[in-house]
Amino acid sequence: MAEAQGGRSLVVDAVTHRYPSGALAVENINLDIKGGEIIALLGPSGCGKTTLLRIIAGFIAQTQGRIIIGDDIVDTLPPNRRAVGIVFQNYALFPHLSISENVAYGLAARGIDKATRQREAQRLLDLVQLPTMSERLPRQLSGGQQQRVALARALAIKPSILLLDEPFAALDKNLRLDMQIEVKRLQRVSGITTLIVTHDQEEALSMADRVAVLSQGKLEQFGSPSDVYDRPQTLFVNTFVGASNRMPGVVVSADRTAAKVRLDAGAEIIARPASGALTEGGRVTVCIRPEHLQFVGDETGFAGVVGMSLPLGATVVHEVTTADGSGVKISQARIGETRTLESGAAVRLAPLAPSLANAFPTTL
Amino acid sequence: MGAAPASRDVTSYGMGLAVPLALFFLVFFVAPLLQLLWLSLHNDTAALHWGLGQYLHFLTDPFSLSVLGSTLLLGAEVTAVCLVLGFPIAWLYQRVGPRLQTIIILIVLLPLLTSVVVRTFAWIVILGRQGIINATLQSLGIINTPLKLLYTQFGVVIALAQVQMPLMTLPLITALSRIDSNLDDASCSLGAGSWRTFFKIVLPLSLPGVIAGCTLTYAAAITAFITQSLIGGGQMLFMPMYLYQQASTLQNWPFASAISIIFLLAVLAVVSVFTTLGRMSRGYGGA
Repeated sequence: MAEAQGGRSLVVDAVTHRYPSGALAVENINLDIKGGEIIALLGPSGCGKTTLLRIIAGFIAQTQGRIIIGDDIVDTLPPNRRAVGIVFQNYALFPHLSISENVAYGLAARGIDKATRQREAQRLLDLVQLPTMSERLPRQLSGGQQQRVALARALAIKPSILLLDEPFAALDKNLRLDMQIEVKRLQRVSGITTLIVTHDQEEALSMADRVAVLSQGKLEQFGSPSDVYDRPQTLFVNTFVGASNRMPGVVVSADRTAAKVRLDAGAEIIARPASGALTEGGRVTVCIRPEHLQFVGDETGFAGVVGMSLPLGATVVHEVTTADGSGVKISQARIGETRTLESGAAVRLAPLAPSLANAFPTTL
Repeated sequence: MGAAPASRDVTSYGMGLAVPLALFFLVFFVAPLLQLLWLSLHNDTAALHWGLGQYLHFLTDPFSLSVLGSTLLLGAEVTAVCLVLGFPIAWLYQRVGPRLQTIIILIVLLPLLTSVVVRTFAWIVILGRQGIINATLQSLGIINTPLKLLYTQFGVVIALAQVQMPLMTLPLITALSRIDSNLDDASCSLGAGSWRTFFKIVLPLSLPGVIAGCTLTYAAAITAFITQSLIGGGQMLFMPMYLYQQASTLQNWPFASAISIIFLLAVLAVVSVFTTLGRMSRGYGGA
């Protein structure tokens, strides 16, 4: 699709970075990113995603491994020779330069003549839909407008890779959605391989072609948004991406595609072994999302007592305490008059389908 | 603006607190200044005859004008030396670890913790005919006869630059620390080398600190009576010493007053040039 316009591939090859103190910031990260893809680096703060971004940009020299952009190993290139465009979390616009000077800054650094620079800056400001702002100073613009300028400035140098560091974190919710759509539109137009660093899972899932989930410096999973959401490979991914109930249990029987698990909460259910085969008799943690649970009228599933019901608009979330004392959340779509449950009511819960429960071996 | 009445209350409260200081200034600064002005407008030492004679005398006397000129030049030279030497220190401060930062701050502040007299005498020891510099150069065989360093313009500039350095470095450190470090990274990622980043981003954004530092250093350097007199000796005459001679030795108080007023106006003129430059610098950086 957009590859025709020359987005370059990006390979992160076995990159490890160690702080001077000896602590690992990122450990053996491998990413193979095709030209024109949008990739999200998703993880909680401190997971190493920003370090990885700064390694790709060239601000940090990694301890081991290689960064390959297109056909070039760029490890020895300083940031100003890598042609990597960055949009910073706080936009980092030059406060003393006008908007068009900000956008033209990278072109001036490349020795392009003033007339061309101005023409190009205006073209980019048109592209980000700020055609009349060129003479203003950054502080005279709103947050969303500043971000558009930051994007235009990064795109002006025709970067081979575009890096966005928590780009929407400072915007309020409505504006965030507009800007996410805007960034996706610009990315489709320009075809630039794009990396978005974010801790916001919705942002990662909605914007990216593929999502790389990081935790404590390690790559947990790298796959399409539906892979990451529906087929999480690790317990971390299952609980970090989307909400999930964690229910401990013991494997009764297992093959490669399905396992029968006896939950501590008191029911036998069929779950999907998410990270390889499970051993019979081994302890597992079963993850079931609140929206994948249902109330059942018969004797299947596990029993519980309703604690609290929270009507969240489109859905209603009930908190249920199970027989082993752990709390489970169940989310129901609000269709017509959804029955409200009294606190203390006895109910039985079961997963909607076996494939919607994921079992992970419990590591002690 | 619902908060406006409340904030007005707050400021009037603050004004009340400033009254003691305002009174102090009125009695010990404004009143003597007016007295000085009154005195300078008399043609005779007894201050009986009104007239602009003292000012005419100063402005038509080549010697007086040369003293004023050399004093203003001295200030410019000291300020330039402080800026050129102080900026790298302030820049370095932003880029080192906390431990080195403490050391740099200590080195910067150390001159302020010793008396000006002590610091100036140290420079006499360093710059004198048998001083550290001459002794070292002679023992290395680089020079045969001692260089004249003390009682020269060069000596005064160097000594004053060291003595006044904190006044330049501290505002610069403050100004540089206000610059978002992401701007450096942004400039770099856009393809700019470190020199372009410095001249297009760091320097323009640090200009408020540069101007504050220059104003302070300049004002301090031209009025530094002790260092000017001790390092300059009898050969170099600057405005503070000239003023002192007229007032104390020759008892010509009206002329000394006129010198003060002219000196004050000259300094104000230079400071307002700095301030104007600062205001213009908002538009600085246009590529």
